[in-house]
Formats: sequence, structure tokens, C-alpha cells
Amino acid sequence: MRIQISTGSSTPIHRQIADQIRYAVGTGSLAVGDALPSVRGLAAELVLNANTVAKAYSALVRDGVLESQQGRGYFVAQQRAIFTRRERQRRLTKIMDPFLAEALTLGFDADQIQAELQKRLRKLVRPAKQGGTRDNH
Amino acid sequence: MIAPVIQTNRLTRYFGNQAVAHDLNMSVPPGQVTALLGLNGAGKTTTIRIIIGLLHPTRGSCQVFGHDCRELTPDDRMRIGYMVEGHFLYARMKVSECAVFQRAGFSRWDDSRFDAIVRHFGITQSTRIGHLSRGQRAGVSLALVLAPDPEVLVLDDPALGLDPVSRRALNETLVEFAADGQRTVLLSSHLLDDVERVADRVMLMIDGRLQVDTTLDDFRGRVTGFVVDTAVTDTDRINAIPGLIEARRIGRHLHLAVADSDKETTAAVERLQATSVEPAELPFADSVLAWLSRSRSQRSFLSQHTAGKSARIRSFARS
Repeated sequence: MRIQISTGSSTPIHRQIADQIRYAVGTGSLAVGDALPSVRGLAAELVLNANTVAKAYSALVRDGVLESQQGRGYFVAQQRAIFTRRERQRRLTKIMDPFLAEALTLGFDADQIQAELQKRLRKLVRPAKQGGTRDNH
Repeated sequence: MIAPVIQTNRLTRYFGNQAVAHDLNMSVPPGQVTALLGLNGAGKTTTIRIIIGLLHPTRGSCQVFGHDCRELTPDDRMRIGYMVEGHFLYARMKVSECAVFQRAGFSRWDDSRFDAIVRHFGITQSTRIGHLSRGQRAGVSLALVLAPDPEVLVLDDPALGLDPVSRRALNETLVEFAADGQRTVLLSSHLLDDVERVADRVMLMIDGRLQVDTTLDDFRGRVTGFVVDTAVTDTDRINAIPGLIEARRIGRHLHLAVADSDKETTAAVERLQATSVEPAELPFADSVLAWLSRSRSQRSFLSQHTAGKSARIRSFARS
């Protein structure tokens, strides 16, 4: 996967990195057990302060997306249920409510929004099934 | 608490009766990249020259490695790399000859590092300095400064006038130098996108004083933007917003930058009788711009206030 960052964004750089890795893991383009570039390696490639990359990786480790193996680096972690069901629901609500508000304000109706959702879910869920490692671990 | 590598104590420097640096209490921590920002004339270069020992303070003190900057020993100086825009190099010298010339003054010198940096900037060592581009001269300068493996690197506007490729090579070299967390960098720069990439901490100087001294993330997190749709032009009411850094009117909208926004801020903003208020996460450069616009010599169209009148502006220094 290619990580790209922009300066001058309202999103801090460490969050841009973390978001892109989350997306890659969520869509299956990074599979469980896949190695991530080293902190210094990615920092050199993106021309960034190494602490910025370290911060992104730490956040992902804290959220259970990555795991750090001493002396070997960072790997995509087996997704464990580290959030309670209530917390997961809260987080989902936090992203869904603004998204729905925006979509409705733009003039889309419920059917159109659902169609868009279905289109994307079909694309996202399929690669993970083909990868297959998640269930086999 | 780890001892800072560079420390100033009420550092003050006058030129004539103008205080170019005023009561500066500055601490540059080890192992991090600290960016020093400010308008032209804010006092950054003067402060750096005092740190390096090229200039003496009028009042107050400055230490590097715990030693007074006015009395740095040759051993101290070997541990400090100093690169200033302008890159003073002899035009007739070949790049390789510059290395030989410079190497003589240092007990520690890494030829392979010199070669690597020079190569990174696309330079052949048999070329004379006068035949190099500006960006390549900066590369030679950087190589000369880093080959002795200094513990501290002080850069005063190193990327001034550099083309994009040379700028990137400079950033790559900086980032690599700082990567192991064992070395300290103090970088004075106007290139806010580059600062966003390479810095751990930011210090902002405004009119000779240190107004912000904090981590880059903290600085970003503490400044909030608001875009307020309102016809209100009452500057007193606008200036009464607690923590207001900058207010700019663009057409129908008031663009506000506020420090440490809280419930009182929101209430004060609402008193502007706006038809809409949109909070915004500001990009790093915009936060810096908002702060720098507070200079005495740069009044925004709305700021009839002096620093004293602006209610409860909290500077981020010493946090």
C-alpha cells in the first residue's frame, strides 16, 4: 500500500497516516500478519519527523489495529474486540450521524443513500473474503 | 527533567534603543527538532547569533551545553553545526577542496557522510563552488556542517531561495539526521509546510518576545478556527472573545482564530448574532499565520486593540 500525506491539511499528519492504514486494514489490502514499514523507513520515505510516524503507529497499536513485535517491527494485528459493544456503537454513531446529515442536506433520499452504501460495501467486503486469512488464524 | 541543550535566561539585545530580543526565556530540549518561527525582524536571527556566540546579549544570558555562549570553547564549537542562508563558500574552490579545508578544523570528520550528502544533492566533487546552483551550494554547506557529526544543528533559514528538489533533499537530510533522537536541531524557517514535516516543537517569536513554546501537536490542538456569518462589525464585541488571536473579515464572514476555545468562547462567538457559526480545525500554517499577525507592526484590519486590551489572550510560552 502507498501512504501519502499532505501538509497544510486540517488533519494532522500522524492522523493521516493512521487513517490510511486503518482503511487498508479495514478493506483487506493489508492482511493480518502483514508487516508495516519500520518507523524510520516510512519517515524517510515520506520525509517526515520519525516521531510523527511513531505517533501514528502507537495510536494504531493502542487501538488494536497493529501489534508491535520486539525487534521485528509492526504487523497488522488479529482484530480483537478491544471495545465494548456500547463503545463500538458510540463510535459508529459518531461517524454515521454527520454522514447522514450531510448526505440528506445534499439532497439524496434514503433509497439513494442506501444504494451508495450497498455499492461500497460490496466492493469493500469482497477482497477480505478472497484474502481469507482473517478467519483462518 | 532533562537539561536543555540551549537555554536563554531573560535574554535581551538592543540595537540602538530598539529591543530586538526582549526577555527571552528559551529552552531547546535535546533529541528533538525545534522550529523557531516569526516574521522578518522578529529577532530570530539575532537570537541565533547570540546562541552561536557571534553576538553578545545586552542583558540576560545564554548557554549551550551549560556553557555561556560568550565563552564557548573550541570543543564546544565542534559539537555545534551552524548553517545560515547565504552559504559562505569560496567560488574557486572545488567541492572536494572545501572538505579538505574544513576537515582540518575538526577532530571528528566523517568522509562517507560528506560524500553521501553531496551525492544526495546531485553534486560532483570536482566541480567548483562558483559553478554550482544555489541549491547545490546549500547541499555543500550542509555536508560541511554535518560531516563533523555535531550534536546540535542550528539552521537559520537554510532553504531560502532553494528550488523544490534541493528543498526536498535538505528536508530528507534533516529528517535523517534527527531520526535517532540523539541529536538536537534548532531550525529557523518561513517554510511552514516543511516545518510541519520535520518539527517536534515550535517556538514563535513576535516583536522580540517568545509567545509560543510548545509541541507542534499541542500548538495545533489549542488553536480553533471559526467562520462566522455575521454583519456585526463592532470591534469591541469581537475583541472581547476570550483567547482571540486573530479576526479577519472576508465578505460576509468573520474568520476567527481562537486559543484554548471553551464554553465562554462559544458564548462570546454566539453573541455576534451570527446566522451561522462553523468551527474549523485549522491547518498548521493557518494557526501560525493567525499568531504572527499579532505583531505590532502588522495590524489586521479589525485589530484596533493593543496586546493588553485583547481579553485574556493566553500565550503558550512555558507550557
